[in-house]
Amino acid sequence: MILSASVRRLLAALTGLTLLLLYLPLAVVVLNSFNTSKSLTWPPPGLTFDWWERAFHSAGARDAVGTSVEVALTATAIALVLGTLMSLALQRHDFFGKSSVNLLVILPIALPGIVTGIALNNAFRGILSLQLSIMTVIVAHATFCIVTVFNNVQARLRRMGSNFEEASADLGAGLWTTFRLVTFPQLRSALLAGGLLAFALSFDEIIVTTFTAGAGVNTLPIWILDNLFRPNQAPVVNVVAVVLILLSVVPIWIAQKISGDIDNLR
Amino acid sequence: MSVDTARAAVPETRRTAARRVSSSLSARPRARLALLLAAPLTWLVLVYVVALAALLVSALWTVDSFTGEINRSLTFDNLKEIATESLYRTVTLRTVGVAVLVTVVDVAIALPIAFYMAKLASQRMQRILVIAVLTPLWASYLVKAFAWRSVLSDGGIFQWAASRIGLDTPGYGLTAVVITQAYIWLPYVILPIFAGLERVPNSLLDASGDLGASTWQTMRTIVLPMLTPAIIAGSIFSFSLTLGDYITVNIVGGANQMLGNLVYTNVGAANNLPLAAAIALIPIVIMIGYLTAVRRTGALENL
Repeated sequence: MILSASVRRLLAALTGLTLLLLYLPLAVVVLNSFNTSKSLTWPPPGLTFDWWERAFHSAGARDAVGTSVEVALTATAIALVLGTLMSLALQRHDFFGKSSVNLLVILPIALPGIVTGIALNNAFRGILSLQLSIMTVIVAHATFCIVTVFNNVQARLRRMGSNFEEASADLGAGLWTTFRLVTFPQLRSALLAGGLLAFALSFDEIIVTTFTAGAGVNTLPIWILDNLFRPNQAPVVNVVAVVLILLSVVPIWIAQKISGDIDNLR
Repeated sequence: MSVDTARAAVPETRRTAARRVSSSLSARPRARLALLLAAPLTWLVLVYVVALAALLVSALWTVDSFTGEINRSLTFDNLKEIATESLYRTVTLRTVGVAVLVTVVDVAIALPIAFYMAKLASQRMQRILVIAVLTPLWASYLVKAFAWRSVLSDGGIFQWAASRIGLDTPGYGLTAVVITQAYIWLPYVILPIFAGLERVPNSLLDASGDLGASTWQTMRTIVLPMLTPAIIAGSIFSFSLTLGDYITVNIVGGANQMLGNLVYTNVGAANNLPLAAAIALIPIVIMIGYLTAVRRTGALENL
């Protein structure tokens, strides 16, 4: 299709505008982390490093990061196993009720977080009489993280077809050997991308977490929400946010480096 | 490819127990399927389906207003209340309205940038753009909502900029909720649409141009129909995520309530889980309706 130069320019301009829109609020966060005004007025009356110093000495923020990493890592590990099994089942087999199972995987993310949240809260406390703890958060997070792994692995399985697996079986490899030496190496980058997304999803989740975290389990989003409206803490939250934005480049860079495949980052 | 290593690593067939299990499984695809499905399906059913079903049942319970205890005899009182009270209708309409607006805004913004990324940008540029669109996804949701709170505040940057052209900040309210939610979910809409556009072969677009179609005609008759599943996939995110949100509303929505707020208040302050469950049915029904309606378009494979 031949696009006229003016249409091209228009699309490029819109792209630039959209990026500006995406980054402007983040830039405001970065600037506000140096803003001397606690009410974050614009333009900033002065700049200071105080908040950065306070943030580095905030035990609450540090602990919250630790808790979030623990939850996200465990939930991601569970999601990786369950999501891979599920995608192998759905992509390599045909069976009755397949589309319902497919829907079931998507449901925890497609239904609003508050529904998942109160449903699990009710199930944990009402039905199972469990104390809410860090475990309940992990179970909840793993449940909605399955879908990101599932989607990535399924897309990869669909693309790679089953020729290599059949060849491996014809050459006498057992199921496990075929998985270990043929299927898994081809899935590795898809697993990495799905795992990264699952980690990110869990790390940033607030609504389901609110309903499934026990007292004293402060993930980073819960800590942020607690401190957002405290006048003395809001700038510290800004600092934490800036650090998160900077750190977020790392996993994206890894994913790009390893997979080299943009499709997998969805 | 790893076929060479596979051959090297499997020198000969030994009749171990694992080997016997493996070969008997190769002959039985059903058993293989059952093994694969057992763990994930058990997890999803035990954790999720049971919880969801229990929630649906508890919507039929009531709470004694004096003791605060749950009465487990089944009645349709909660559902009746939701169907008849105008509060719920108003809030539902408001919530769906906001969710639709957010989705429309997001798709409108996503289409041009996704098209540029998929079809016009050089490979290098495309990579950079994908990273640029992805990065804000990793910034905390709360921080982004809070960023808009400070952008839209009295004395904030929006007012500062808008005052130069004689406008004012919309302040905290539904407009702010739409802006903030559209901002937060935008990358989730751009990425599936971008991936969808990547799957539209360039040769098809060239053919359409060669056969005399204008740019607009090509977009409308070739690109758009092929892109519909991707657009729907993107809309599932923005629509569903907005439908259940109550935190953005608290941060930038002023006094407005959405469905999520009603559910939250009833679980927490009002201690009325049954009513909360009944209210939660509204977004569940809407979402399931939406998902069932779009399932045939293949959108769910594009998530």
